Amino acid sequence: MHYALCLALFLVGLYGVMVKRNLIKIVISLVILESAVNMFIIMIGYRKDGIAPIMSKMMDPEVFASRSVDPIPQALVLTAIVIGLGVTAMTVALAMRLYEKYGTYDIKEIRNLKG
Amino acid sequence: MQIIPLFVAIPLGAAFFIPMVGRKNPRLSDTLANITTLALFLMALSVIGKATQVYWMGGWVPRLGIPVGINLVLDGVSIFMLVTITLISFLVTIYSIHYMDKFTSKARFYSLFLLMVAGMNGVALTGDLFNLYVFLEITSIASYALVAFGGQHEELEASFKYVVLGCVASTLVLLGIAITYAMTGSLNMAQVSTIIGGNFKPIHLFTMALFISGFGLKAALVPFHAWLPDAHPSAPAPISAMLSGVVIKTIGIYALVRVMLNVFGMTPLTSYILLVLGTISMVVGVLLCMGQDDIKRFLAYSSISQIGYIVLGFGLGTRLGIAAALFHLINHAVFKSLLFLNSGAVEYATGTRDFSKLGGLKDKMPVTTTTAVIGSMSIAGVPPLSGFWSKLFIIVACVQAERYGFAAWAAGVSVLTLAAYLRMLKRTFYGQPGEAQPAAREVPMSMKLSMVALAALCVVMGMLWMPHAQRTFLIPAARVLQEGLTYASSVLGM
Repeated sequence: MHYALCLALFLVGLYGVMVKRNLIKIVISLVILESAVNMFIIMIGYRKDGIAPIMSKMMDPEVFASRSVDPIPQALVLTAIVIGLGVTAMTVALAMRLYEKYGTYDIKEIRNLKG
Repeated sequence: MQIIPLFVAIPLGAAFFIPMVGRKNPRLSDTLANITTLALFLMALSVIGKATQVYWMGGWVPRLGIPVGINLVLDGVSIFMLVTITLISFLVTIYSIHYMDKFTSKARFYSLFLLMVAGMNGVALTGDLFNLYVFLEITSIASYALVAFGGQHEELEASFKYVVLGCVASTLVLLGIAITYAMTGSLNMAQVSTIIGGNFKPIHLFTMALFISGFGLKAALVPFHAWLPDAHPSAPAPISAMLSGVVIKTIGIYALVRVMLNVFGMTPLTSYILLVLGTISMVVGVLLCMGQDDIKRFLAYSSISQIGYIVLGFGLGTRLGIAAALFHLINHAVFKSLLFLNSGAVEYATGTRDFSKLGGLKDKMPVTTTTAVIGSMSIAGVPPLSGFWSKLFIIVACVQAERYGFAAWAAGVSVLTLAAYLRMLKRTFYGQPGEAQPAAREVPMSMKLSMVALAALCVVMGMLWMPHAQRTFLIPAARVLQEGLTYASSVLGM
């Protein structure tokens, strides 16, 4: 169920990237796409009724290992979010410069190149 | 002192340092950037022929044979890629000294450039799947910004297109890495490959499809090539040379074959997919390139075609095929950078890239013309230049693997490439003088220097197939890829 929703989000993002004509909407679709993948990674490490992966001295390592959620995906997602932020900032800056040059956000009207 | 992490740390540090000190003084940033790339090149030369070394970041060595930290692996292929990357980036920074004078904020240019080099060196060295993704994104973000460096209409448009497709590609790669982690519980390439160990489940095929489309988009293989002919010509010429010469090879092809051959292991299916993708790229690329009227777009389409040759060689999966593909990879890096630098020189001298306005430049620009002829003949496969040998060995490898159809396509495309390049030379350097011809003059010293160096390399690179060079440089690289899953035991020391 959760994975299906995640896939749905991914497809929404992919649809937006391919179909939308507005530059800003394309950027938003890219963010949705990234979020879908990030959520997927988080769900890989999820465990029902799990505890946070922080071990204190009182805990028994074996009990801790059997109850905590997997910390690696969380670390990965933190990195992926930071990278995503960098790309989004870059893309928004490009979209703004394009608007300055062309006076429109519509990709159908920004067509100097043949493709 | 460990040399392995320095390949990433030096350019990263210089990328941070140059804009701080070089903002007021462009000559100082020139000097620093050139010293950095020269140092990297010398370091890469110094590790040729060394045995496999593994560096565990932060001293997190494996416990009981299970890796816990991130590792950098310096093996045959990594050394090969490092030499290619640093050689081209050194010659390109020399060229940039004069070429980039017409742009403002040179220090930022070098900063982004070195960031890109740091990312590529990281991709070549890393032994960890997620770390591969991080370095991939460093390279990509720097190259998005560099494509838009001119800040004009076309640059911005091309860069936006590149960002959107590049972003989708990275997302696919990340999804593939996530699924790999879910299957195996590890991100270390060596450990993942011992766990998968060549036995396939349907989910592996899905992951491989994600990797092939993700890295295929980055490498601009044919169904995924739409961004390349816009992005590469729009960048400043030194960056076009880097993008076509090494970036698509490192973050596209190298990453793809590393994951396919060393982590998942070669299967008949992957081999066939690579062969078909390579052949389609080869044929479509050369056909599209014949109709272009812009010299840089022409070269960009030709890159797609040559990338096809490299993928075809890897797809064969034999020792000879892989060695020939690597050989063509480094040759293509040299002659395609040379040709892009030539096109930059033409644009520098005349202010246009359009065939209809060019022509008859051979008397005004003798050095550019001579080097462009050498580069074109090399890419078209005229003996005894380097391109001839690598294409010949790819075709021989096809025949040896009994893939006669693919060998015929490779030979046919080679003829078409020759025709396309003869047309380019005639329209630009020979033939009737165009309207841009009278104002043209030869380019400054630094640009000539790097073009002549690359042209000289085109002539002598065929020597890499001589027994001694082959044994120390090409064969160790090919062996790592061909022996596939033994990669794991050499990294983990088991």
